[in-house]
Amino acid sequence: MNTLVTHKAPEETRIVVAMSGGVDSSVTAALLAEQGYDVVGVTLQLYDHGAAVSKKGACCAGQDIADAGRVAETIGIPHYVLNYESRFREDVIDVFADAYVRGETPIPCVLCNQTVKFRDLMGVAQDLGADALATGHYIRRVETEDGVELHRAADETKDQSYFLFATTGEQLDYLRFPLGELTKDETRKLASRFDLPVAAKPDSQDICFVPQGRYADVVLKIRPDAAEAGDIVDLDGAVLGQHDGIIHYTIGQRRGLHLDAAEDALYVIRIDPEAKQVIVGPREALATTTVRLNNVNWLGGDVSGGAIIDCEVKVRSMRPPVAASLRLLEDGSATVELAAAEHGVAPGQACVFYDGERVLGGGWIQREKTSTEAA
Amino acid sequence: MTSRSYLDFNATAPTRPEVIDAVAEAMREGGNASSVHADGRAARTRVEKARQHVAALVGADPTGVIFTGSGTEANNQALRSDNIERLIVSAIEHESVLQARSDAVICPVSPEGLVDLDALMRLLAESDAPTMVSIMLANNETGILQPIPEAVRLAHDAGALFHCDAVQAAGKIPVDTRALGVDSLALSAHKIGGPQGVGALICKTPSTMPRFVHGGGQESGLRAGTENVPGIVGYGVAAESALAGLNEFGALAELRDDLESKVLAIEPTARIFGKDLDRLPNTSKFATKGLTSEVQVMGLDLDGASISAGSACSAGRVETPYVLAAMGVPDELGLCAVRVSLGWTTTSQDVHGFITAWQKLHDRKLSQG
Repeated sequence: MNTLVTHKAPEETRIVVAMSGGVDSSVTAALLAEQGYDVVGVTLQLYDHGAAVSKKGACCAGQDIADAGRVAETIGIPHYVLNYESRFREDVIDVFADAYVRGETPIPCVLCNQTVKFRDLMGVAQDLGADALATGHYIRRVETEDGVELHRAADETKDQSYFLFATTGEQLDYLRFPLGELTKDETRKLASRFDLPVAAKPDSQDICFVPQGRYADVVLKIRPDAAEAGDIVDLDGAVLGQHDGIIHYTIGQRRGLHLDAAEDALYVIRIDPEAKQVIVGPREALATTTVRLNNVNWLGGDVSGGAIIDCEVKVRSMRPPVAASLRLLEDGSATVELAAAEHGVAPGQACVFYDGERVLGGGWIQREKTSTEAA
Repeated sequence: MTSRSYLDFNATAPTRPEVIDAVAEAMREGGNASSVHADGRAARTRVEKARQHVAALVGADPTGVIFTGSGTEANNQALRSDNIERLIVSAIEHESVLQARSDAVICPVSPEGLVDLDALMRLLAESDAPTMVSIMLANNETGILQPIPEAVRLAHDAGALFHCDAVQAAGKIPVDTRALGVDSLALSAHKIGGPQGVGALICKTPSTMPRFVHGGGQESGLRAGTENVPGIVGYGVAAESALAGLNEFGALAELRDDLESKVLAIEPTARIFGKDLDRLPNTSKFATKGLTSEVQVMGLDLDGASISAGSACSAGRVETPYVLAAMGVPDELGLCAVRVSLGWTTTSQDVHGFITAWQKLHDRKLSQG
C-alpha cells in the first residue's frame, strides 16, 4: 500500500485527490492522509444545480461540495473547490446532447474523465507540484518492467475500467487509484473507521447532471430543436407509427415505442438521424458481429499496424467481456470481430479491450451503414 | 511549518489586540444601550464614544453615523430607498451595491479602471426621475481610487443624490466625508482590524434616510435591533487606531511596491493593474499569463501565503473577476489575476514569504516552457 510514489517518502509526496463528496473519493483521501502523504483535496463544481433541471429531494451538487469540505476538515487536509461549470458544459454536457441528436448513446463519464478530470484537474495538480493525482475509481494501476498497466478492479461488481478506457499512458503514469484492490464493503468499513461524515451516504446513481435518469429533458434544454417528430419504421421501411424525437430512443430499447400490442416484441434496431427514423425489428436483428471503432486508445504496448489481436471486449458497461479479434489501424480506428453476436451494440458507446484482467484500451463505436444501404 | 504570510487584508484584517480587549471588556460590562438604568446608560456611553471615533475616521458628524450589521447592510440601506426611482452604479462596485437593486443602471469604467465620467454625465441626463449615483471610493480588487468629488459634482448638478462605498478606503487613506461632498458613505469595521459583523452608514442628513431594518427605535429610529455594543465598541477602538496609524498604513506602499518589483523581476510580462494611478497603498492586483488565479491562490496557500483571486465574497469558489472584465481585460489575463493586500501586521518577512512561494509556483509552471 505504501508504494504510491516509489522514490519519495510519503510526507514529501504531494498527492491531489479528486474529491466528489462521495464515499469512495473521501476514503481515498483519508487513506492517503493516514499513510502520511501531503494530501490536497480538490472538488470540481461542474454544474449549477439550481439551474439544471429542477431536481427534488436527495442529492445535489451543492451538498456534495459541502460534504467534500466536511470530509477534508475531518481528516485534516486542505480542500479547494474549482469552478469548472463552463468547461464541463462545453466538453461534456453539450457533447452529450449532440451525440443524442446524432442518434448515438453517449457515455458522459468517459468524456468527463478525458477532459475536466484528467486534462484540467491533472494540469492543476501538476502546477501545484503534486507527484500524483488520486481518484476513488475502482480500477488498478499496475507497474511492470515494461511500463504502467491498467487492470480491472479487484471488486468485479464495482470495476470502472469501462469508463476509464480512454486514459492515456501519460495520464496513467501520474494517476493513482488506491481503491482498486478493495471491495465496496471494505471501502464503507474504512469510511466508518475514519469516522467520515459521508460514511452512510448512498452511492451516486446514473449520470451526475441528469436528474432521475431523465436525460431527454437535459438534451432538449440544450438542443430544443432535437424534438422533431418522425416515423417509426420496420426493417423494410414500412411506417408503423410516429415518434416525438429520436433523442428518446436507444438501440435495443423495447419499452415506450407505443406501437400496437401485437408488435411489443419489437426492439429499436437503428436510429437514422438524417431521415429522423427509428427503425424497429425483432431481437435477432440486433445481433452484431462486426463493430467499427474510432479514436482508439491503445494501452497494450507495441503492436504492428494491421495486426490481428485476440482479446475480450465489452460493448456495454454492464455486459461481461466476450471473445473477439481486434484489428488496429494506423488512423486510430479499429475493427472488432466478435466471436459470438452481441445484441444492442449502440454507436456512441465504448468498446473496451481486455486481456484477462488487463485493460488494453478501447474505442468509440461508430454508426454502421444501414442494412438497406448496405444491401 | 513557519509562520504564514497573511496578505489578504482587503478580505478581512486580523483583529487588533486592543480591539479584542475592548470587545471582551464590553461583553463583561454588558448592558442594553437602550435601557434606562445605570447599566444601560453605561452601554450607551460606550456606543456614543465609538460613534465619535468612527465619525472622526471619516470626517463626519457623529449624529450622522448609523451603526449597521455590515458594510453590505449600509450599502443596502442607502440604495434600496423607496424615494429613489433610478440608481446608477459603476460596473466595478462591490456585489452589495451591484445586487442592491435589480434595476440598477451600470456606468462603465475605462480600461485603466476609472469610472467613465462622460458616461456618467450622459446617464444622468437621460432621465429626470429621482436618481441616486453609487460609486466606490477605492475598488476592493485593484485598490484604484475613483474620482469621487468630480462624480459627486456631476450628480448634484443633475439633482441626483450620491452614495459612496468607502468600505475599502476608510482607515487606509485619509477620508473626509465633507470634502468628498457625498450624501452617504458605507463603512465596515473588520477591514481595519475591528470585529466582523459591524458596519456603519454615514448620512449627511439622517432625517432623510429611510429605515431599512424595521422594529425598535434604535439608532435614532434608523436601524432597529439591539445595538451590538461589544462590536460597536470594537469598531470605535479600531477606528481610533486606524486613524492614528494612517501614516504607517500609507508607508505600506513601499512594501507593496517592493513586492511588485520583485514579481516583475521574476516575470517581466506580469501586468500590474493601476500601477500608475492613485490607489490604496496596501493593494496590488496583478496577472501573469499562463498562471491561473486558482493555481496561484491554492499553491500559495499550500506554501503558507494567504492571498485571493479577487473579492472573497463568492462562497469560497474561484471565479472570473467581473471587475477586470469591466476594464476590458481579456480572459487569458483576467483568469490569471490575483490580489495581494497588505495591512497593519505586514512586514518585509511576509513579502519575502510571498515572493519565495510565488517564485516556486512560477518556475514550476512557466520556466519549463
